[in-house]
Amino acid sequence: MSTTDHVHDLGMPAANPIDAAVAASVASQGEKQTALKAKDFKTDQEVRWCPGCGDYVILNAVQSFLPSLGIAREDMVIVSGIGCSSRFPYYMNTYGMHSIHGRAPAIATGLAVSRPDLSVWVVTGDGDSLSIGGNHLIHALRRNVNITILLFNNRIYGLTKGQYSPTSEVGKVTKSTPMGSLDHPFNPVSLAIGAEATFVGRAMDSDRKGLTDVLRQAAEHQGTALVEIYQNCNIFNDGAFDLLKDPATGTQWSIPLVHGEPLVFGADGAACVVRDDLGGLRIAETNQVDASDIVVHDAHREDSSYAYALSRLSSQDLRYTPMGVFRSVQKPTYDRMMSEQLDVAAAEGSDDLDAILGGNDTWTVSA
Amino acid sequence: MTATDPAVTAGSSAPGGLVKSVVELDRVVIRLAGDSGDGMQLTGNRFTSETASFGNDLSTLPNFPAEIRAPTGTLPGVSSFQLHFADHDIMTPGDAPDVLVAMNPAALKANLADLPGGGLLILDADEFTPRNLAKVGYATNPIEDGSLEGWQTVSVPLTSMTLDALADSGLGKKEAERSKNMFTLGLLSWMYHRPTEGTIRFLERQFRRKPEIAAANIAAFRAGYNYGETTEAFAVSYEIKPAPMAPGKYRNISGNQALSLGLVAAAKRSGLPLFLGAYPITPASDILHELSKHKAFGIRTFQAEDEIAGIASAIGASFGGALGVTTTSGPGVSLKSEALALAIMTELPLVVVDVQRGGPSTGLPTKTEQSDLLQAMFGRNGEAPLAVIAPRSPGDCFDAAIEAARIAITYRTPVMLLSDGYLANGAEPWQVPSSEDLPDLTGAVDFATEPNGSTADGTPEFLPYLRNPETLARPWAIPGTAGMQHRIGGLEKADKTGNISYDPENHDFMTRTRQAKIDGIAASIGPTDVDDPTGDARVAVIGWGSTYGPIGAGVRRVRRSGRKVAQIHLRHLNPFPADLGEVLARYDRVVCPEMNLGQLALLLRAKYLVDIQSHTQVRGLPFRAAELAAVIQDVIDSTSGAPLAADPTGGGE
Repeated sequence: MSTTDHVHDLGMPAANPIDAAVAASVASQGEKQTALKAKDFKTDQEVRWCPGCGDYVILNAVQSFLPSLGIAREDMVIVSGIGCSSRFPYYMNTYGMHSIHGRAPAIATGLAVSRPDLSVWVVTGDGDSLSIGGNHLIHALRRNVNITILLFNNRIYGLTKGQYSPTSEVGKVTKSTPMGSLDHPFNPVSLAIGAEATFVGRAMDSDRKGLTDVLRQAAEHQGTALVEIYQNCNIFNDGAFDLLKDPATGTQWSIPLVHGEPLVFGADGAACVVRDDLGGLRIAETNQVDASDIVVHDAHREDSSYAYALSRLSSQDLRYTPMGVFRSVQKPTYDRMMSEQLDVAAAEGSDDLDAILGGNDTWTVSA
Repeated sequence: MTATDPAVTAGSSAPGGLVKSVVELDRVVIRLAGDSGDGMQLTGNRFTSETASFGNDLSTLPNFPAEIRAPTGTLPGVSSFQLHFADHDIMTPGDAPDVLVAMNPAALKANLADLPGGGLLILDADEFTPRNLAKVGYATNPIEDGSLEGWQTVSVPLTSMTLDALADSGLGKKEAERSKNMFTLGLLSWMYHRPTEGTIRFLERQFRRKPEIAAANIAAFRAGYNYGETTEAFAVSYEIKPAPMAPGKYRNISGNQALSLGLVAAAKRSGLPLFLGAYPITPASDILHELSKHKAFGIRTFQAEDEIAGIASAIGASFGGALGVTTTSGPGVSLKSEALALAIMTELPLVVVDVQRGGPSTGLPTKTEQSDLLQAMFGRNGEAPLAVIAPRSPGDCFDAAIEAARIAITYRTPVMLLSDGYLANGAEPWQVPSSEDLPDLTGAVDFATEPNGSTADGTPEFLPYLRNPETLARPWAIPGTAGMQHRIGGLEKADKTGNISYDPENHDFMTRTRQAKIDGIAASIGPTDVDDPTGDARVAVIGWGSTYGPIGAGVRRVRRSGRKVAQIHLRHLNPFPADLGEVLARYDRVVCPEMNLGQLALLLRAKYLVDIQSHTQVRGLPFRAAELAAVIQDVIDSTSGAPLAADPTGGGE
């Protein structure tokens, strides 16, 4: 690992204690264990979400696909905030921190930049990441720290028993808004793209295949990856995503995003996405447009305006919701660049403590 | 000029046959005052460096407005720098200046009241224009109207002489004028026999990419020096001999610099990589700046999006095995409170530096105060104890930072280090330690790599809350360590296993255990620091933090008057030294001066049932030694009567 490459000890503690601890533990079990099964990622803690909660499905999907990433359990850290989804770390046999409301991206940032050898994940909800923690989310995204953020969006406050959230539709009637909510919701994907995110995806809790596919790409992405996961709260906002889940309407209103494939959807591919006159995107009937006018999905496009336009196709009632990876581009990661600065400084300077204690101007008093 | 009688010791002959006398002084307090754009802080710092390298003891008090450039020539825009230097050991920047340099009418108006009658007043005559006078409400020019007769006033055209000196420099008038602070520094350097090589080297280094600016500043500096030597305006120059100091290597250091170097040293001596998460805030930002320069030490500095992210990122780094640090001032501590409690609950090492400033709210950002003690102690929800320590002088910030790291690493706890604006920006000579003499913190790190328990069926397991019986610290197992995976968080944890627990008995036990862990730190710190030379004083003065200097200077005056007084100064504010209760009980009266409304006094009264006499001020400035001496003397005299041979309190330090 690279945390200690910069430290050239001169008569000081021999090895970096972080390296020493990691090496000692690996030595005791022979080698890093990466041939794992889903059950290896489970803990002995009883999972305490409400029966029927979408969080169970996501937990199972994550535990099932993680072994395929080849990451040792001890090299993975899950940091969460506060809310139902933020109990996630307790159920994962990795390192974890269930922290405070909204701050998980900031904690994960400190960990990821000081330990680039780890795989750092954030699990958060729509209230945690978009309301109280909105600031940390956008700054983590713009910095492109190497962390993977799973944003469980159930469009409601569950743990505090049913107030509207920053993703609730306008007019939402809840305990705190008996006459309907007044504020306009965030579209988390639009927000992330606006915040310079290098990877943004969206998946449905119940779609194991689609979810796993997006999660895998997110995990493999170098830099901050945000995955919005539509998650059903069957107690306080049941059926919030039925329009997309219901086989009868789902095909009509979901737009599957596959890199390199034309954006055609609906029953028999009846609908498609084309450019509009103002440079944005609009929905068209496939048989009314020239095939060459149908947009071919390009998640790697450097300019984020395309991915942003995609995110604007859907409205708060979820019609025309693109699902999949909106954007996946490569940019230098913050943690890597910080390590490089340290390397440069170490190559050009010295870490002689006595030299900096003395500074530029000293004088000597003799006995 | 000072309380000591000046003695004319020698004459010097300047070019042109002008004979100038040299007066020997034991100490001088100079205050430089000008517009915030006039470079007074730079001038003061340079004069300080010259003085330090000459070997005087010194203490400084920078004082500047929160506005970066208040409107030119106005009272809110006045910036000043006070320097006290002496041929003996001194403890404060001086109660009042002996010499005031005022670069414009605003600087004169804002500072004249502090200059005792008869003091030397040097004015830049060029700046006393009708327009500048009107800006600060002078109806007539004080240089001409006789209102300055009570002082030795020397009015010199500093600006135009600077322009003359730079006539051939090729610089425009505006640029050339900027060098008037260096002209002034040159003049003062002559007056006080300061070595000049350091300043010339500094200017060359500072402007190495703009050689014409470096040359102009050096020319102005030399012109000021030569002016002093040749002018009849100053007939006398002054000599202040070097102060006797313990043999060794010295440098001049500010509190923020010393604190930063202390953190670097702590990282080096523990072997841990240092991670600083910080959001810029006055007066703490210089620590972020300083640490950012030391990347060669593997130090990661992260300028966070806000105060909360500053501490949160440091907690994340500590979880990963770094020495996590966050630096801030009082308003930032308020924002960090919830995260601080998370660090207390997760029992991770963390150093939180609070460079205190005037409060509440935005308060007085550039002025000093020590009013965050109770916030440090109690400013969190729940029973949330943490360790609190405070440095007592700029140089002591170095040792305090190492001590904060020692406690944080050993006890796996956040430690609040309470510096303040006076320590942060003030400077003093500092004996440079040798790195090998610094505490070795490697033993305290001790990352857990092996299971420390076993399940019912005998399988080895890691218990993240199974404590060290001596320190009550929990094991520090860092990600990457195989077989030690565990989850921590803000919810109450079960003893030993660290699983979520809502059990009433467990919460009671864990709450008391967290408190006991902090209380137990007292076993690792020395006895209370008491200075009672005769051992039979009946009155003690107790302080913490930056009041050490003023209290010490006040105590010296009181002792010179024949009275007896003990000085107790606390580094550790939570926990207190184990013997503090007994120490306090030895005295009939205990006085506690603080730059707040009695926060330490409240804690001492509550804990020890001692009738502490609180003496407080919150003026944004350090205490004056004379004021404290008077307070202490009154207490002594009302306790035991005035000593028979009492001299009037007063005199220098």
